[in-house]
Amino acid sequence: MADKVLMKGNEALAEAAIMAGCKYYFGYPITPQTEVAAYMAKRMPKIGGVFLQAESEVAAINMVIGVSACGKRVMTSSSSPGISLKSEGISYLAGCELPALIVNVQRGGPGLGGIQPSQSDYFQATKGGGHGDYKLIVLAPASVQEMVDLTFKGFDLADKYRMQTMILADGTMGQMMEPVSLEMGEVKEYAKPWATTGTKYHEGRNVVNSLSLSPAQLEEWNINRYERYKIVERDEVMYEEYMMDDAEICIVAFGIAARVSKNAIMEARKQGIKVGMIRPITLWPFPTEALLSASKKVKSFLSVELNMGQMIDDVKLAINCSKPVYLCNRTGGIIMSPSEVLDKLKQIEKGEAKAW
Amino acid sequence: METKRLTIFSGHYGSGKTNVAVNFSIMLKKSVKNVSIYDLDIVNPYFRTVDALKTLNDNGVELVVSPFAETNVDLPAMNAKSYKMLEKSAGYAVVDLGGDDRGALAMGRFSDKIKEENDYDMLLVVNVYRPETRTVEGILEIMSEIERVSEISFTGIVNNSNIGLETTAENVYNSIDILDELSSVTGLPVKFTCVRRGLDVDEKLLKNKILPIDLIEYGSWL
Repeated sequence: MADKVLMKGNEALAEAAIMAGCKYYFGYPITPQTEVAAYMAKRMPKIGGVFLQAESEVAAINMVIGVSACGKRVMTSSSSPGISLKSEGISYLAGCELPALIVNVQRGGPGLGGIQPSQSDYFQATKGGGHGDYKLIVLAPASVQEMVDLTFKGFDLADKYRMQTMILADGTMGQMMEPVSLEMGEVKEYAKPWATTGTKYHEGRNVVNSLSLSPAQLEEWNINRYERYKIVERDEVMYEEYMMDDAEICIVAFGIAARVSKNAIMEARKQGIKVGMIRPITLWPFPTEALLSASKKVKSFLSVELNMGQMIDDVKLAINCSKPVYLCNRTGGIIMSPSEVLDKLKQIEKGEAKAW
Repeated sequence: METKRLTIFSGHYGSGKTNVAVNFSIMLKKSVKNVSIYDLDIVNPYFRTVDALKTLNDNGVELVVSPFAETNVDLPAMNAKSYKMLEKSAGYAVVDLGGDDRGALAMGRFSDKIKEENDYDMLLVVNVYRPETRTVEGILEIMSEIERVSEISFTGIVNNSNIGLETTAENVYNSIDILDELSSVTGLPVKFTCVRRGLDVDEKLLKNKILPIDLIEYGSWL
């Protein structure tokens, strides 16, 4: 208790990155994630690290490629339009199998959209915003403490699997303040024999590249990478189950929408509606097994999202469309109130809601 | 507590200036005729005085804020009516500055006139549970950055040490030593200590008055 400090989501995430051994940050300011860059600008020089405000998001992500190729922990952060700009570089990171942490503090879209919170980059994050066969590990924090914990974990997962981890937060997570503990565990070091750190008089040299001149070789690289993705899907799924024991309706929500949903569930329970929640913490790998086993017990699912309905497709796929799935959503930078979720639950109970 | 015509709240971002300014202005309105609160925050996109608009109106405090606050317009703008703070006839003025030197920049255009009138307090809001202001050294650094760009010197300190909804009385008591040291290093008085209403803190253990704080309701998801 005494060791807790009060932090804004964006700065807590930045501090957690530093504690995870990240000494290289390349970014470009954009609301609502600017505090990450501002915090790094202040802190990096003090710890002998590098903060560099690039001339654009495209430049920043290419700097990430360079540092990661040298075997160092590195990150970049932005908000929705900036992540679109970085998408080419993210695809190159995937092609080169370079670990990196990419933070998206989402705002309303598409296009320039707006600066208020949103979850409308779910498809972009989980289905590949860039080109080619690749996946990102996508982590969705629902508190400032999770901004810290998942950032720390995100670096570890990236190194462990030579993958790119995305923290998919929203504007509220970035801007809100909560007490946090910054006590992290040990940073685990991973050997990086592929890193371009000089030949040191050894024979041969390391080449980091995503270009393959032979179609057969490219196919082999892709197949090998997907073998690794299978291990991640098996071993790294994270989710929270909330009041699911006797639930008849299962809410599926992440991030800020899950917090709204928790408040709605407490109220609904008082009114006799048996509702619980499965909150995915990893959006990829998606908690498919958890939803599938819940589908054997509950009557229906309700996906609560700050977008026009994106994760709901994954919910339907996970349960093989075996139960009706409903949507409760707001978009454009608006957060639904717990009473809006409650109204939807009542409609489902009365059989008045229309399934997706 | 004698109140000057202008009270300016400044400090590290996230130190709680907005909540302090809103509660201070409502308290002040109970003893004087005209109080306006001026939101000069050109930094924060979310969590603004405008969230307290209804409370301020209900208590007869006028809010002067950028019409773009909490919209999708991402501009570091302020309301043209902000100049009213310089008019004695407009009554008491409470000013909520943005955080750090970047936020305090908005003060520069008013500081000459304010110093000329010389009826102001410029108060440093301090939360020792913010990582960058846990030590006197850290607080002094932010303090001098703000004074440099706002072109106005602090006249007092406000202790707003808290860790949000988890704050205990112990947290408040544990902040006293750092505030005392800050006060003796700077020669500035600690004007008051902010305590969330309902939290049982013994005023006798503090060396200054308590300003009870009703938190602005930002959203039912918090």
